[in-house]
Amino acid sequence: MSGFNKVVTSYQAAMAGLTDNMTVIAGGFGLCGIPENLIEEIKRKGTKGLTIVSNNCGVDDFGLGRLLSDHQIAKIVASYVGENAEFERQMMSGELEVELTPQGTLAEKMRAGGAGIPAFYTATGYGTPVGEGKEQRSFNGRDYILEESIRGDFAIVKAWKADTYGNLVYRKTARNFNPMAATAGKITVAEVEEIVEPGMLDPDQIHTPGIYVDRVIQGTFEKRIEQRTVRASL
Amino acid sequence: MALTREQMAQRVAQELADGYYVNLGIGIPTLVANYVPDDIDVMLQSENGLLGMGEFPTEEELDADLINAGKQTVTMATGASIFSSAESFAMIRGGHVDLTVLGAFEVDVNGNIASYMIPGKLIKGMGGAMDLVAGADNIIVTMTHASKHGESKLLSNCSLPLTGKNCIKKVLTDLAYLEIKEGKFHLLEYAPGVSIEQIQSLTEGELVISDNVREMKIA
Repeated sequence: MSGFNKVVTSYQAAMAGLTDNMTVIAGGFGLCGIPENLIEEIKRKGTKGLTIVSNNCGVDDFGLGRLLSDHQIAKIVASYVGENAEFERQMMSGELEVELTPQGTLAEKMRAGGAGIPAFYTATGYGTPVGEGKEQRSFNGRDYILEESIRGDFAIVKAWKADTYGNLVYRKTARNFNPMAATAGKITVAEVEEIVEPGMLDPDQIHTPGIYVDRVIQGTFEKRIEQRTVRASL
Repeated sequence: MALTREQMAQRVAQELADGYYVNLGIGIPTLVANYVPDDIDVMLQSENGLLGMGEFPTEEELDADLINAGKQTVTMATGASIFSSAESFAMIRGGHVDLTVLGAFEVDVNGNIASYMIPGKLIKGMGGAMDLVAGADNIIVTMTHASKHGESKLLSNCSLPLTGKNCIKKVLTDLAYLEIKEGKFHLLEYAPGVSIEQIQSLTEGELVISDNVREMKIA
């Protein structure tokens, strides 16, 4: 029984084993569904030379942007970046390597990585800077490029609920990249809002089966909103 | 008179059909949602993982876990579904989205589009745009016909790094609605009060005046 218990009770234990120059895959879209406390633990640890794979890089004082001030990130693989001043400065000065990757290709790189598929053909990016230097092949008269999948030393994800076995359920659009990221880490750490006993989650409703998850920690979240748009109440 | 942003959105909305799944990019495309005709149902796809995007939330409905691809807080329409980014781009790449509307810096006579990068300036990234243009068959690009300095954005060859190759067939500018085929721009409609000569002079790529060219109707 205890062999399936993935629960850890400290962030130190959650990120144990993370060392300099590792690759970390992070879930989240913008600031939505990001493992905010796991990122904070990486900041606290001071791990350096990291390659971060994530759709975005947070903002100056929240999310992955927090790892920029101490130069903890050497390279980022992302589809959309630069919502923060320090990111821009480090990118322009060459201190930070940025590999821009189309959003769908990034999601598929994680999915394929977790599924044991080393590479895949996609039309996305063919004939653009993204396709330069990549193998090309034509199928049924259409041109594609070969994109390699990604695996991380660590994957860090945010879910809504977990059971102690590491089965995960996400909430609304905080799901985004988290399910693929969860499959692609040698060590996958999930931080969640609530941990329940096995059997409490409906097996039909589980988004990430616990087999992908190595550690689960319950946290409290700020859940910062990047673009607060509202309409008037009636 | 050149169309306003709102009028451009109104014209694009005329291309919507009942039962369409539609992805709207940031900027003018987003405004299209305000002009969906009352007698049809469309479902908006947001590439961060939401099909059936609703309007902005009230203060009471505000939810940090529910945003659109522009990172704005939104709601879900009746019949909405939520999915992962991989699933979202399976829909997009797999050609399941009926209409994609997005902005651009330039398009050319071969249907190439440049929309994500101006060398020498800050590069923020392509987000989902490369997947959207690669996956969709029915794409409308919305942009101004020329820059503020009067330089055409409808070119014989895009000058900026491409977002996609040979993928754009329709362009709505503030002056005209055009189709791209056989290596030429075909003028289908001109904005009210805009002359064909004016459009011609601001179109650097080869322009053919369609036999059925007509004045654009804006409600």
